[in-house]
Amino acid sequence: MKQTRIVITGIGLTAPNGNSLAEFRQNLLTGVSGVTTIEVRYMGRHPAGMCTFDPLKYQKKKDVRIGTRVGGISIYCAREALADSGVDLATRDKSRVGIYLGVTEHGNVETENEVYNISQFKYDTKFWSHHHNPRTVANNAAGEVSLNLGITGPAYTIGAACAAGNVGLIHAAQMLRLGEVDLALAGGVSESPQTFGIFAGFKSQNALAAHEDPKKASRPFDEARNGIVISEGGCIYTIERLEDAQARGAKIYGEIAGYHVNSDATDYVLPNPERQAECIRKAIANAGMTIEDIDLINTHATSTPQGDIQECVAIAEVFKGRRSPPHINNTKGFIGHTMGAAGALELAGNLPSFDDLIIHPTINVDNLDHQCNVPGLVINQPKKATRVDVILNNSFGMLGINSTLIIKRFVA
Amino acid sequence: MTKEDCQKLVIDIIADIAPDEDLSAIKPEIRLRDQLQLDSMDFLDIVMELRKRHGIEVPEADYSHLASLESCAEYLTPKFPTKA
Repeated sequence: MKQTRIVITGIGLTAPNGNSLAEFRQNLLTGVSGVTTIEVRYMGRHPAGMCTFDPLKYQKKKDVRIGTRVGGISIYCAREALADSGVDLATRDKSRVGIYLGVTEHGNVETENEVYNISQFKYDTKFWSHHHNPRTVANNAAGEVSLNLGITGPAYTIGAACAAGNVGLIHAAQMLRLGEVDLALAGGVSESPQTFGIFAGFKSQNALAAHEDPKKASRPFDEARNGIVISEGGCIYTIERLEDAQARGAKIYGEIAGYHVNSDATDYVLPNPERQAECIRKAIANAGMTIEDIDLINTHATSTPQGDIQECVAIAEVFKGRRSPPHINNTKGFIGHTMGAAGALELAGNLPSFDDLIIHPTINVDNLDHQCNVPGLVINQPKKATRVDVILNNSFGMLGINSTLIIKRFVA
Repeated sequence: MTKEDCQKLVIDIIADIAPDEDLSAIKPEIRLRDQLQLDSMDFLDIVMELRKRHGIEVPEADYSHLASLESCAEYLTPKFPTKA
């Protein structure tokens, strides 16, 4: 069956090392990490990736006070994406615009803050804020965007652990194909470093990164990697049906060629390379491609000892018959793990490769773990490619959710 | 605690609740909602801040006393503890 073609026409993002695609890309090509250290409640200082965008660019002070951090990130990214796309919302039917944002989790930050707040008042719940419920509903991030922009179409979040950024985009593509909306704001967002619980959880799991130099703390594929750097961030795309984008003469970043989402059904936290490989293989089939068509793989690897190896096993298995290996990279060495934003943000950092044919490197690999030595890995220095027509983006998450999204160069 | 002092404390709270508003020319006798962009959630915030900062409870039946700075001062001033 011939499917409606879906294209990316605008990008808005904030990452620990950049508040626009141009700044982000520049820092990915010049090895600039955005990881710093922050004071985590009850836990002291830890490496983390924090964004530096100006929340007041698109929000009033009062809205920042009442809303959530992830709401602010989402509004910034959505507004930047719209501006980049050239879409003038004033001329559009706002009931035909959808907002679909992937989140790893939501509500932990706000709940922790309230528990801490009432701890200052002997745990008397009459000091619990009436803002707690609207701040913690799972659709908060998307809802704040709808309020800010006056968008009256469907606006909700998609909980998909750390696969969420990809899944937000995939879901939006499906809604466009179903004709539910005419324009989608889609991607992933995260405010995770604002909660101590995620740090404490990974620490108890022996999966929290530690390094005296925060910029070296996130080091996928390196022998000395010791865990995840928790980061915030967001990346929201405007995506449209091709005919709509062409009708308004839109700039097109790329076309959603294929995707797949599946589940390990084996463990709460441990990945399953067999299901990951299946996810990658089915996404390639969904795109109507073969392994020979993939030029660049952006890995999910989070800098954990086991997880990085598992993904390398999956990739090696899928691509083992290929004549020459695809380029393989990873973005988390620069920004840490932006959780719900990771899939969307890391994809954005690679989309400019369609134009400049440069593969951004995986940084902080001082000693490559031989178990992660998959052919094609681009390490520490950018690499010029002869062809980048297809990018495959992996994002995996807890409870065994896997997602693979394939974007191809747009050819009319 | 004078009524003027009380009005200043309420203005301090409003400055945090509605940080985009210009409070320099606020008229004590005019309803706050007629001069500022305040909604019912903001008044709940004011009630919460009175509780947190000053230990003052405003029951729901008395919310109407918070309509203007003047009525706030009239209602709240006696609720502040008197100095020994």
